[in-house]
Amino acid sequence: MSTIRLPQVLRAQAGGERAIEVEGATIGDAVQALVGRHPALESQLLADDGELHRFVNVYLNGRDVRYLKGLDTPVGARDEIRLLPAIAGGSGG
Amino acid sequence: MSDPAIVREIDVRTADQRRAAGATLIDVREPVEWDAGHIPDAVFIPLGQLGQEIGAAVPDKSTEIILQCRSGARSGRGTALLQQLGYTNVVNMAGGILDWEANGLPIEAPATLTPAQQARYSRHLLIPEVGPNGQAKLLDAKVLIVGAGGLGSPSALYLAAAGVGTLGIVDFDVVEASNLQRQVIHSTERLGHKKVDSARQTIEALNPDVRVVACDEMLLADNVERLIAGYDVILDGTDTFETRYLLNDAAVAAGIPVVHASVFRFEGQLTTFVPYEGPCYRCLYPTPPPPELAPGCSVAGVLGVVPGIMGLLQANEVLKVLLGIGEPLVGRLLLFDALDGAFSEVRLQRDPTCPTCSDEARAARERGDWVAPAAFGADQPFVLGGTAAFGGPAR
Repeated sequence: MSTIRLPQVLRAQAGGERAIEVEGATIGDAVQALVGRHPALESQLLADDGELHRFVNVYLNGRDVRYLKGLDTPVGARDEIRLLPAIAGGSGG
Repeated sequence: MSDPAIVREIDVRTADQRRAAGATLIDVREPVEWDAGHIPDAVFIPLGQLGQEIGAAVPDKSTEIILQCRSGARSGRGTALLQQLGYTNVVNMAGGILDWEANGLPIEAPATLTPAQQARYSRHLLIPEVGPNGQAKLLDAKVLIVGAGGLGSPSALYLAAAGVGTLGIVDFDVVEASNLQRQVIHSTERLGHKKVDSARQTIEALNPDVRVVACDEMLLADNVERLIAGYDVILDGTDTFETRYLLNDAAVAAGIPVVHASVFRFEGQLTTFVPYEGPCYRCLYPTPPPPELAPGCSVAGVLGVVPGIMGLLQANEVLKVLLGIGEPLVGRLLLFDALDGAFSEVRLQRDPTCPTCSDEARAARERGDWVAPAAFGADQPFVLGGTAAFGGPAR
């Protein structure tokens, strides 16, 4: 089981959960498991072709998976996955 | 091991050569003497503190050390002390800084701070990493703050207090009641005033050393180059993606570091983009999200202290970059969670295919044929709706 940590901006679509334990041998499996549990997250994370949106970064133990093997990056037990979409707020208006 | 009882001496010319070859030169005089002029790159430890501080300053007891004072007397005692403490390669510079100057060797010109500045910045002057020269650097520095909002307000206050000599502020908005929960540079009596004027008033009341350059305009593709020209560091307090990408591309082209932060409710992110040394914003996020997936604070809300905390962390990064100290957050994204009370960090990398800062883009820019990417990248057309533009009226 690895842990996916969700930032605040995604929690509304995940029933308010902050961290979710998922099964999966790769980042892709883990994201699919997450989306299976919280379907409202799908459009926030994945493009129509099933790839991650370019405005969503995924970090495995602090490393950007774009520079590992993307969705095919292997995930081990006790690994921590962070999803970080771009956020707008500079808190101006 | 040398006999602790015998103090070896070298003359100032030899000391200068040994110093150039890597020996550590320690000035053991008092602070007022140091401030009046000292040997470049010397380490400053007054004789009375030498025994306590040498361990931290020079951990390796076999390091070649040259001690120096005004005439050579105090540093002779210091040399004996270090030998007793087990330092094996210590020499005294005979004749001290008097002889050094008489031989025409270089003295670092002390920064000239007025008595009022010495009083105002005394807590900075006490820190060796800042000191009079660091403070003089800050007074000469020019920092551009884009957005006098939740991030820009606290950072502008503290950068002004720190004596950053020129603060440019870009914002075209007016102060509204909903701003005052976090935009602490403004005030109730300035509701309806231009934010740049309000910010200027607060800063001038806080520190008359600071020159405020108020830019009451929206940052756009056709003015960004002019707005950022001549600044040493830019603090990104923008609240829309379009402004952030414009600023990023122009800053990389101009070679100016950008300290970036963004906030959402109880969370903040922070990183420092130094062109070509680390990633830029486009490496981090090549395309922005559609507006419905990335609500700003005016829609989602934010706990007022979160931009306060993140804005001050930005100010901290700005000061580090200006002073050349510490480890700026280059290639590191710092994440703050106010509910957990926790900071964490992820690593960022330069994207080798980045249209803004890749080696290829850099070479094209140096050839003069670089074309700035559209603010949102050709693969994702993005239409700004109504008030989404930077600094638009609060909803």
